[in-house]
Amino acid sequence: MADLSATRGSMLEAAIGKSVPRSVSWRRARSSIGWCLCIIAFLLVAVPLADIIVLVVVRGFSAFTPQLFTQITQGVSGGLLNAITGTLLLSLGALIIGVPVGVGGGIYLAEFGNGRFGSLVRFLADVLTGVPSIVLGYFSYVTMVIWLGWQFSALAAAITLAIIILPYMAKLTELVMRQIPVPMREAAYALGATESMVVIRVLLPVARPGIVTSILLALAISVGETAPLIYTAGWSNYVWNGRFTHEPVGYLTYVIWSFINQPFASAHALAFAAALLVMLTVLVINLGARAVLRKA
Amino acid sequence: MIGTPAGVTSEGVARPGVGSRRIRSGVGPGPFRLALLGLAAIIPLVIVAVLLFLLIYAWPAIRFNGLGFLFTKTWDLGNLYADPVPKHGVLAPIGAQYGSLVFVAGTLLSSGIALLIAVPVSLGISIFLAEGVGAKFRTPFAIVVEMLAVVPSVVYGLWGVTVLVPLVAHVFAPAIAAVLGFIPFFGASGGGGFGLLAASLVLALMVIPIITITVYDALTRVPREAKEAAYALGTTKFEMVSRTMLPMVRPAIIGAVILGLGRALGETMAVLMVSGGALNYLPHSIMSPISTMASFILSQLDSAEQDPSGLAVQSLAEIAIVLFVITVLVNAVARLLVRSGSNARG
Repeated sequence: MADLSATRGSMLEAAIGKSVPRSVSWRRARSSIGWCLCIIAFLLVAVPLADIIVLVVVRGFSAFTPQLFTQITQGVSGGLLNAITGTLLLSLGALIIGVPVGVGGGIYLAEFGNGRFGSLVRFLADVLTGVPSIVLGYFSYVTMVIWLGWQFSALAAAITLAIIILPYMAKLTELVMRQIPVPMREAAYALGATESMVVIRVLLPVARPGIVTSILLALAISVGETAPLIYTAGWSNYVWNGRFTHEPVGYLTYVIWSFINQPFASAHALAFAAALLVMLTVLVINLGARAVLRKA
Repeated sequence: MIGTPAGVTSEGVARPGVGSRRIRSGVGPGPFRLALLGLAAIIPLVIVAVLLFLLIYAWPAIRFNGLGFLFTKTWDLGNLYADPVPKHGVLAPIGAQYGSLVFVAGTLLSSGIALLIAVPVSLGISIFLAEGVGAKFRTPFAIVVEMLAVVPSVVYGLWGVTVLVPLVAHVFAPAIAAVLGFIPFFGASGGGGFGLLAASLVLALMVIPIITITVYDALTRVPREAKEAAYALGTTKFEMVSRTMLPMVRPAIIGAVILGLGRALGETMAVLMVSGGALNYLPHSIMSPISTMASFILSQLDSAEQDPSGLAVQSLAEIAIVLFVITVLVNAVARLLVRSGSNARG
């Protein structure tokens, strides 16, 4: 809109005077070109994103069958029951391990972390989010799969995912806790509450919506993760049998990666069905989390 | 879960305001605070543990490979059927040689090209978001960019394999060869589309939201007075943005680009799926197949495990160390720049 009126204005000026207009109209034209380039830049990412969503939704839905949820994978066909339950298992395991640590660390950073140690942890949390997940996966492979002898297993994979979500949990928790007004703490301390009572009875209830949101975001991260799991969870055609170690686990993202390279239509169908499940989870969680955060 | 600290009452303890966070200074930190401190300490511990354990594990390979590791092109597992022989004090398969030059080159090239594409596009989008659209439409447009950041890497790979790679093979490659063919590196066409260009394009797409969101955040924090001063000098809106706002957020832009670089260097799945997987082969054109450090670590585990001396898997760990050190340095620099950039304006 602004570009149009600007162009019109420059044409008008060009018609009226002669002293400045040439350079002004040139500048206005250049500005319009600049805005056009900005819009093109936006389209350059909006179009691929739309294409990704359309591709996954269309091909994924056409591959949807009831047996997807009732059957296990047989070779490159069958269902995804093993992968769906495996992804749930690994993600929930990651949350069980990662959330208490992340929330606890975040509370420390928000309430007591103004010193040098706090800023070091904050900085290293940022750095840890930047460490490639494959490196963390290799670390788990070396320590748990090989040294501890767990082999490809649910526990090794869940701990790896927990490490990946840990810095996000800590940072988001800190953010939420710091938004709570200081007078609430002062009021609680004035009533004689101890530190633990202030945090557990006063601050955590207030922070609960924000913390739930960050748990959901962490869930989205672990559902979409692939590379470190290949090094820690392996792959299994069977539904998890209840063993935490010495038993590989299947998961959805493996199906996407591995089956799209198979030359069979049934494999491609499974890959797109798995991609749809993963994308739905991730997008719904992220859009929902945004809505919650904006309301807060 | 954690009880009230015993023996501590509120009476008589100085509580000089919560802002100072030194509520119990006379008593020393109680068990509750110590427990939280222990949880917070896990983050630094993880970083130290990753480096330490990878170093211990890869030590035989580090001794065997020496400094030449970074400059050797050949990755050869050697004769896995003969007995390993000692070399440089380590038992190694006969003829084994582990060099990471191909993967370092693939990583740097793909990330570099990705940034060349991503930086101008990201700047354009962040300008568009910060100043181009009205406040009412800003959120939906910003959501598009943020959704781009949450699409899982493997889904980018899936899209890359099904859509982007054919597009590269049939449209982009011939077009580039026709227009820029006189430049040696851009001359080649043909191939299946898997390779450096496809990997760079996917990486660019994954890096753009990171750079865009960081720069956009910085742009929205430019003080109103600066914008008004520019307008008062008679600038158009675009001149105000490009000549006044962009220079003001330069530290944040540099930090954002480095942050994006960190992401691109370590990206695994999407790159693995579209890069073609080169071995013992340096890219000589934009259509060459490549391997990055991350994608090679992932793709070679199975074959490296065939090595009875274990040296191949340990050499993979050495690649992981190199990747870890590079990304930690890159991210540390980026965070410091982004932070100082935003502090400068309060």
